[in-house]
Amino acid sequence: MKSLLLPPHPKERRIVFKNAWTQGYTPDIDCYVKNGGYEQLKKALKMKPEEIIEEIKKANLRGRGGAGFPCGVKWGFIRRDDGKPHYITCNGDESEPGTFKDRYILHNDPHQLIEGMLIAAYALNVNLAYIYIRCEFPKAAGIVTQALKEAREKGFLGKNICGSGFDVDMHVHQGAGAYICGEETSLIESLEGKRPYPRIKPPYFPAVLGLYMSPTIVNNVETFCHVKQILAIGSDEYAKMGTPGDGGTRVMCVSGDVVRPGPYEIPAGGVTLGELINDVCGGMKPGRKLKAVIPGGSSSKILRAGEVFKIKVKGDDGQMIDKEVPLLDLVMDASSLAAAGTMVGSGGVIVMDDSRDMLWALNNLNEFYAHESCGQCTPCREGVLWIDKMTTRMVNGEGLVEDPVTLKSVADNIAGRTVCAFGEAASWPVQSFLQKFPEEFEVAAK
Amino acid sequence: MSTHAAPSAGPRQADQIPADLLAKIDEAVTHYPVSKRSASLPLLHLWQNHFGFVDESGVEWIAKRLDLESINILELVTFYPWFRQQKAGRVSVRVCRTLSCALAGGYEVREAFCKAAGIDPKAPTHGHTPPVSPDGKFSVEFVECLASCGSAPVALVNDDLHEDITPEGTTSILGKYN
Repeated sequence: MKSLLLPPHPKERRIVFKNAWTQGYTPDIDCYVKNGGYEQLKKALKMKPEEIIEEIKKANLRGRGGAGFPCGVKWGFIRRDDGKPHYITCNGDESEPGTFKDRYILHNDPHQLIEGMLIAAYALNVNLAYIYIRCEFPKAAGIVTQALKEAREKGFLGKNICGSGFDVDMHVHQGAGAYICGEETSLIESLEGKRPYPRIKPPYFPAVLGLYMSPTIVNNVETFCHVKQILAIGSDEYAKMGTPGDGGTRVMCVSGDVVRPGPYEIPAGGVTLGELINDVCGGMKPGRKLKAVIPGGSSSKILRAGEVFKIKVKGDDGQMIDKEVPLLDLVMDASSLAAAGTMVGSGGVIVMDDSRDMLWALNNLNEFYAHESCGQCTPCREGVLWIDKMTTRMVNGEGLVEDPVTLKSVADNIAGRTVCAFGEAASWPVQSFLQKFPEEFEVAAK
Repeated sequence: MSTHAAPSAGPRQADQIPADLLAKIDEAVTHYPVSKRSASLPLLHLWQNHFGFVDESGVEWIAKRLDLESINILELVTFYPWFRQQKAGRVSVRVCRTLSCALAGGYEVREAFCKAAGIDPKAPTHGHTPPVSPDGKFSVEFVECLASCGSAPVALVNDDLHEDITPEGTTSILGKYN
């Protein structure tokens, strides 16, 4: 794995990436403990579980997997004393195109994840936890399995952890190459040994009915690491790092046509899109200009260079006013990107320059969704294949005049008509590319 | 994608399970105290890691081990792209196809891997049975996003991730797997 041992950029604040990016840091438990590892677990075991959940709520931690749901609120759905077994599962099925943060944590700092999960297990009265890792990370699975063994030997995992009387066990579970398993109910079906068809909602949350039909919390790798860091830093200090409602730091993964692509850990809302591209990532490749940005993983709606957004902001007198914000001044936090009609999602920023053909780029993504649809719901199973076929023929110069209209119509009829959010994930690129770059589709359709 | 594996010509895999594979299987099942069925994917991985693919006898054996019907295992083998029902190359080259890698030349890298391995670049790019080189050594296929977009283009060769690959560099990468 490529090591990016660069000193942090001034805009960065490495918290979950601190160890992973430190020269000479090794993933074994001795190195972790020497650097203060498992101290937060010991602290947590002396706290009341409700106090831990309250800390996570106050920290304004949003899930880092893509949907951005407030973590503490999710945890709050679990009733500790309902007499049922509870489970937690870490979602390490990182597969959203443009997102590449989990491998660094799993390879370089696995104990940080395990400590975060152990704190969550105690807070939520969980005795059995699984770490679901996509099988395309084979080395990560081995490293985390070894880390679990070390934690068990040192008494952080197993019976009566740290002498607290609390028992918890944890195992690695490998996926098998299906993107859909990142959807939390699909992940649970996969963990139960079934085809990973997402479950029908309601219930909306696995916290109601999850693994083995018991209350279950599924969180992203990065999210669990933040749990540990919140206890270390304190919820007030952690929340202050971000923006209201979006606390702490977030790993922004930048790829595509910039000089220095990579994962950068930045306080939520700590940079604008322009600062991220031009400052942190060293700008566009020489001689090239920005054309488009996909800001939060391939499923988020694309933004076009030169766009200006009307966003409500707090004026000097405290009143909310409409402000015109150009694309590059857009703050990279959950609410600003939502106001611009897209999302911060999984933090995967794909940058494209003026040499790129938007029809070609959309066709690439359509092929992804066509390959990854699980096939459970008809609109998605059929629609994503039609969409892929249409953009493929347009790329090959065989497009029909009506193709842009048909494309939009098919996408509109997938979104909102499927069991899971894959329908939206596959439709939003089509809808937004067509809306933002209509001229490229019209030309191709003649 | 075929849903029914052709009966393989060779001996049945289930007749050749070594003791260490059995021990790993027994250990994996203990990780799922609530439901043995959860061990389906782990057992398929262990099986494929040992035999290279899962034949009909493997499907039946795993089903029996977990008190399931064969279809409960077969439907996983046919759904998940990772599992194979036929022999692939001894070295598996999985090139990332998705956007960030494609922007950085992923398609050219797949083509170069094919040529370096002696595989027709026009062979199918995806599927449970990827194209294999004439000497049986390599299989080359596209896979979807490998989550290493910052060092695109990338490929997974057996368990190793190779990053920032150039078409010219593919021959020396394959040379490491002699």
